[in-house]
Amino acid sequence: MSEIHTSSSGESHGSVTSYVIGFVLAVILTVLAFAVVATHSLSPSGTILALSVLALVQVVVHLHYFLHMGGGSEQRWNNMCFVFTVGFVAIFIIGTLFIMNNTAIHMMSR
Amino acid sequence: MAHDTTVQTAGHDEHHHESPVVFGFWVYLMTDCIIFGSLFATFAVLRNQFNGGPSGHQLFEISGLAIETALLLISSITYGFGMIAAHKNEISKVIMWLGVTFLLGLGFVGLEVNEFANMIHEGAGPDRSAFLSAFFTLVATHGLHVTCGLIWIVTLIVQLMGTTAIPERMMNKLTCLSLFWHFLDIVWICVFTYVYLASMV
Repeated sequence: MSEIHTSSSGESHGSVTSYVIGFVLAVILTVLAFAVVATHSLSPSGTILALSVLALVQVVVHLHYFLHMGGGSEQRWNNMCFVFTVGFVAIFIIGTLFIMNNTAIHMMSR
Repeated sequence: MAHDTTVQTAGHDEHHHESPVVFGFWVYLMTDCIIFGSLFATFAVLRNQFNGGPSGHQLFEISGLAIETALLLISSITYGFGMIAAHKNEISKVIMWLGVTFLLGLGFVGLEVNEFANMIHEGAGPDRSAFLSAFFTLVATHGLHVTCGLIWIVTLIVQLMGTTAIPERMMNKLTCLSLFWHFLDIVWICVFTYVYLASMV
């Protein structure tokens, strides 16, 4: 019985291998992010860009290997919800930065 | 009894349908994501408003940050191992992994509280500048979530003690906490990248 149980839920809930792969990737990406800052090997804007790319990749790694997000039909509602939230937050953050930056320029506070 | 439950769960999981409880919790996490998004936006606007006070470059230490990050990252995989044990119905292993996750999380919160106490002691509290207000609000909100996660872990450990099988209801609770815990790790990725590391550039 337990065999059926494991095989039916093993894929969507992850295995030891998938957790270890996710963990190793996460450690590599984290160490890279810290190394970029600690070694000052890039220009300031280059460092920020590198950090953003590393963070984005790591978030995707965590979503896939730890939160088990995927493209399957059974996760359709989860994914729709997620896409809406990410879109909302992106508009929200970019919009805030744009408006506040614009305000600051016009008020000559910088 | 255990036999019955397992068969039932297997039947329900046939097409990997998540229970409505887990989906509802996912929706909650998305709203939580909006809270953190707004706090990140606030921080991004105020990140250079030092008011003559200390900047992130002067306050943050990369070694402490590395230890905090490592603790949270390792706690993610230990919780994952706990979930695998739960699917195999190995309750003592689940309790052991949850315990390890709890200790790692506790270490994280302890380091964070210590960091905050040192900063406030040095006169760099949330009342010093807009930058520090935004910093404390954002990072402490994350820390508060982790603390709630710790309470939740203890609750589930107590509920699991002395039981011999993991019914579907318990599995849902463990799955929700799993989502919560891994979600907090994702928020922490954004925190250590944009709040700490970006200030040290």
